[in-house]
Amino acid sequence: MDWRILLDIALGAVLINNFILVQFLGICPFMGVSKKMDTSIGMGFAVIFVMGLASALCYPVSLLLDALELQYMRTVAFILVIAALVQLVEMFLKKAVPTLYEALGVYLPLITTNCAVLGVVLLNVQNDYNFIESVVYGVTGGIGFLLAIVLFSSIRERLEFSDPPKAFKGFPIALVTAGLMALCFMGFSGLKIPW
Amino acid sequence: MNIGKQIKEGLLTQNPVLVQLLGMCSTLAITTTVSNGIGMGLSVTVILTLSNIFISLLRKIIPEQVRIAAYIVVIAGFVTMVDLLLQAFFPDIAESLGVFIPLIVVNCIILARAESFASKSKPLPAAIDGICQGLGYTMVLIVMSAIRELLGSGTLNGAQVFPTEYAASMLALPVGGFLTLGCLIAFMQWVQSKAKGGK
Repeated sequence: MDWRILLDIALGAVLINNFILVQFLGICPFMGVSKKMDTSIGMGFAVIFVMGLASALCYPVSLLLDALELQYMRTVAFILVIAALVQLVEMFLKKAVPTLYEALGVYLPLITTNCAVLGVVLLNVQNDYNFIESVVYGVTGGIGFLLAIVLFSSIRERLEFSDPPKAFKGFPIALVTAGLMALCFMGFSGLKIPW
Repeated sequence: MNIGKQIKEGLLTQNPVLVQLLGMCSTLAITTTVSNGIGMGLSVTVILTLSNIFISLLRKIIPEQVRIAAYIVVIAGFVTMVDLLLQAFFPDIAESLGVFIPLIVVNCIILARAESFASKSKPLPAAIDGICQGLGYTMVLIVMSAIRELLGSGTLNGAQVFPTEYAASMLALPVGGFLTLGCLIAFMQWVQSKAKGGK
């Protein structure tokens, strides 16, 4: 396994093709739970966890579907795997690590409908990643999500006290802010690891 | 049953994107050309209508505890059908929408309408609700993609309107998606505050 490929995938997922700001996956939780810094950190870690696990679990499932020539069932199979996974993680955390469960609270079940999770497993298939590459892509994609949502929530906490035009109050000004962040992330697009 | 009210709610007062703020991902991502916007909007409308009807028919059979999982399976089934149909008959659109077609499964509009409307009403109003909300979504997609395509690359539905050199190519990039949607929602809030002030 060439670690440089993995590093390339990681760099791409965190910065160059950031899931939220460049690929537009996971906008709903990005907008919904970014009002406070601490909740957004909780959400970010939950997403890293689920995206990594989902990538790992969906890889054998997609192999199985390929073997049975049932590729057209991919979307249905993946969403079921993710829904079951989120449910299991929730039950496991409740028993084993109650403090983490408390911290994540309501965000855990919400992750099922986070398009970043379904997006990452579909992109894994599309890009023909092998098992390790899939897991790396899932985890680093989650880290990119965490980075974007934490940066955004810290700006948004200050937006509360700013004075935008009346029509822009609340959601619109947050979208414009996210647009400016996307502009900043475009600066990473030329980034490459020199070998 | 009040069809006029449902139409008005879907298109304006309860517009899924501009007022309920649902389905952001696809709205931002695929509105770079008008044909994409139309393709995506109509696909979602079809899926939303079918899943609304189906869920409304099954509303007494699905047990309360597993309803979300059941809705997702129903939606995923219809999404797969639309995905395959698009690949067979409109390969260009399927190609440019890419991963966002299967991602309609997790489009919050569909799950939200299933949970808040279809699971509580009869099939006919549920179908009308699906059509109205879907058309409201399509309308926003078309407006957004027209703005972004015209100002971002100087074309409208593929036809050159003014030379590409004069276009603000920024609007065709991710940045433009956020800015355009922000301005549209701001406009909607302005209109609503005017309407309230007038009364």
